[in-house]
Amino acid sequence: MATKAIFSEVKNNGFGYWGILGVFGVLVLGGVWAFMHMEHGHFSTGMNNQIVWGMPHVFAIFLIVAASGAANIATIGTVFGKKIYQPLGRLSAFLGASLLIGGLLVLLLDLGSIGHVIEMAKGHLNFKSIFAWNMVLYSGFLGIIVVYLWTMMDRTKLAKMLYKPVGIANMIWRFLLTMATGSIFGFLVARQYYDAAIMAPLFIVASYVFGTAIYTLVLMSSFKFTGRELGDAILNRLRYTLAIFLALTLFIEFVRHLTNLYATEHHGVEGFILASGDNISNLFWFGQIIMGSLIPMFLIWCRFLKNNRFALAVAAILAVLGGLAQIYVILIGGQAYPLILFPNAEVTSSFSEGVINPYTATPAEILLGVGGFGLAIAMVIVAVKVFKVLPTTLADSATDPHHTKKI
Amino acid sequence: MSNIDSYRRNFLTGIGAVSTMAAAVTIAPGVFLREVQAKPAEKAVSSKVRWGMLVDVNKLKDGGDACIEACKKEHGWGDEEHSNNKQDAQWIRKVTVKEKLTGHEFSLPVMCQHCDTAPCVDVCPTGASMKRADGIVQVNKHVCIGCRYCMMACPYKARSFIHETLTDQKPGTPRGKGTVESCNMCVNRVDAGLNPACVDAAPEAMLFGDLNDPESKISKALKEFGGTQIRADLGLNTGIRYQGI
Repeated sequence: MATKAIFSEVKNNGFGYWGILGVFGVLVLGGVWAFMHMEHGHFSTGMNNQIVWGMPHVFAIFLIVAASGAANIATIGTVFGKKIYQPLGRLSAFLGASLLIGGLLVLLLDLGSIGHVIEMAKGHLNFKSIFAWNMVLYSGFLGIIVVYLWTMMDRTKLAKMLYKPVGIANMIWRFLLTMATGSIFGFLVARQYYDAAIMAPLFIVASYVFGTAIYTLVLMSSFKFTGRELGDAILNRLRYTLAIFLALTLFIEFVRHLTNLYATEHHGVEGFILASGDNISNLFWFGQIIMGSLIPMFLIWCRFLKNNRFALAVAAILAVLGGLAQIYVILIGGQAYPLILFPNAEVTSSFSEGVINPYTATPAEILLGVGGFGLAIAMVIVAVKVFKVLPTTLADSATDPHHTKKI
Repeated sequence: MSNIDSYRRNFLTGIGAVSTMAAAVTIAPGVFLREVQAKPAEKAVSSKVRWGMLVDVNKLKDGGDACIEACKKEHGWGDEEHSNNKQDAQWIRKVTVKEKLTGHEFSLPVMCQHCDTAPCVDVCPTGASMKRADGIVQVNKHVCIGCRYCMMACPYKARSFIHETLTDQKPGTPRGKGTVESCNMCVNRVDAGLNPACVDAAPEAMLFGDLNDPESKISKALKEFGGTQIRADLGLNTGIRYQGI
């Protein structure tokens, strides 16, 4: 590896470390309880035959998409040769893998017949399905991350030689993975709110927002709790990466809605998402756009908040919540709006025809999703103690080659 | 009337009744069961046949209520104990349509449309959602993992997820918690040479038969009068066609 950064395990053994691990452990236990509760049948959830994917899927998709974005920090260091990012690579790769495992587990535990998953191992895979491709892409991602971590952490010549090629493979793989996750929606021809190729690039840029936000929070808190120095040079890189991708996500959302508004057949669903005054449209405007995008961008770009770490932390937290709101609006909003079998007609039936389908997540559904998040972070907390993941310092003098010149 | 005359009349009446019954048993598969031939269990399903249905909405007196009842009775769905009414399975439903501009109103039964290029089959990761060679779309419950992607993909909202453990299922219709199900065109009946239950419940308005056979009643009717597909714009080439919508 090109950088000379020194890494060390977290040495803390006191109440602080175990307390924090315990908090996330409790979240995992909550998820386990939720799974046991839902295993009796999905009748105990808010999901039904109209809203078939609910809160667990919101969390799962968010975590999977965030995983790719979190691993992006390592890519910048490896593929683009930005030395300042290289000490961040190990944590980036670990976090990426953990978030993916957390998300996949939520998805798996929500399945109606988990036992039948074994059939897929026996060869029951339909490669016309983007889901089947995702199975391959997700497992491949984890495999590449393991090799990638080895190239970062091993000192052998072979590892050093493979560092960049594996980094490139990881980047391309992540690109495909996020695109394929967005395509889950892009390929749904029947739903008014989906069925658009723009869902793939939207998910790619959104992944950078979610991943960078979570990475920033994990980095800041891990350095704070372990008493390591974290300089402004690194934080500002992350800060502006977050803001630029927030702006890009907003731009693609803008284009998506604008093109939808151009087509008469989508006026109904756009009216519902943008202007119905329903929970969904409130969540879109106040959750995703204002709280999740504009305020974080203000907190980052406001001149008076330059180098303000609290503002960055708040911006990252809001970006995470905004990201969850974004996935919720896409996922639940898209299902809440009725399927159109007969355009320009009023339709009624005993199966919720022609009406907006309400959805309220039960505590179990939320706990299952939060449990996946808890597991991802708990895995990182364990990893930083067991492996040399965190650099001993990320002070400006150690990371920024131009640091002394600036003074 | 003499005793001999009385005896002769009873004798002839008896002969007539027996002959009528014999004739009925011989002709019935052709008359009452129309063109559906029973498929021996060992015989593979053939793509030479494509089963389809034609629903004449103008002739449906009840908009499909009888069809729904017959389907429920045949397959036993819809009265799940713990599920709420939005979670209950619904293989077939009556949809009432009122055109906004003209006020023209009609009702029709909507179920799985047995698409030729079925989106539910395309998206299923395990291949549980499958189309038989004869065009019947159904779910292999042994392989369905309950991901519900097919429900997201179905343009007709024809699929239901089973939200609870089921008991006392119908022998011809295996169903199970955590799997997805939908109208299977009464595959159990079709293989036995019978019509789907809904067709028998509304014989005046529904035709069932082989769309690949130009001589079948359904093909002739479709050729002469045409048939509309719901959301034909999607190009799915559905096996269910309607008249009067």
